[in-house]
Amino acid sequence: MSDADCEKCEELLQGYLDRDLTPAEVKVAEGHLGGCDYCRRRYHFEAHLRRFIRTSASERMPAGLLAKLAELRGPTAEL
Amino acid sequence: MSESGAAEPEEDAGRRLANEARERVHFEEEALGLADQVYRVARRMVGTREEAEELVQDTYARAFRSWKSFTPGTNMRAWLLRILTNLNTDRGRKIQRTPDQQPLEESDYYLANRLAAVEGEQALDQQQVVERLSQGGVVNALADLPHDFRDVVVLVDLGEFSYADAAQILDIPIGTVMSRLHRGRRILKKTLAEETLT
Repeated sequence: MSDADCEKCEELLQGYLDRDLTPAEVKVAEGHLGGCDYCRRRYHFEAHLRRFIRTSASERMPAGLLAKLAELRGPTAEL
Repeated sequence: MSESGAAEPEEDAGRRLANEARERVHFEEEALGLADQVYRVARRMVGTREEAEELVQDTYARAFRSWKSFTPGTNMRAWLLRILTNLNTDRGRKIQRTPDQQPLEESDYYLANRLAAVEGEQALDQQQVVERLSQGGVVNALADLPHDFRDVVVLVDLGEFSYADAAQILDIPIGTVMSRLHRGRRILKKTLAEETLT
């Protein structure tokens, strides 16, 4: 593995995690990840990091907001 | 169609109104079912819980008024967030603290490399290594992102919207979504490295 391969992999990794690569790019990324510990560890790290960011930053709707939103509904229609 | 002449149009009109009312109720219920997901995105786009609540209420007030402009079968969560981001842009941008400076970003691997330097290469494989970062640190790092970057990162990485949906919600080209997303994530990782590892 050359540094150039790792650089290419770094460039593709976010798109790979986003499932936004072309089939040819996926092949390049997976070919490299299969043989390079350095990039494979970083791939695992990035995947864990994304999950951590999502759960850390996610804050549930406060109690009572749903009721306030429901009050904004249109007038009850005669069905 | 019935053959009884004069009463029919009125009956049709009644049926049409009843149908419309049913559609509206159905719309409102679906929208309310998405409120928690809408709030989670809103919360990270503004500074405080109060602002987020207000923004979501304004969004639903507008959504319920203009429900007819929603096309059934399309993505209602994206439709609601389009309203929300428009409202947020209209009202809030001037008072938000983040100036539009362009922070320097490091490479995609920057945070991983910094952690590897502290914890060792092997540690990167393990789920626990991200726990060196604090949850509060993530929230602060997101809040520190310039809003153009933050909106995209929040929609894609928290809201789990596709690039295409994010582009539609923010009314920007998909290429802009991608470049803001990639830059925003790098800035976020740099901030996390600085907050957590220095």
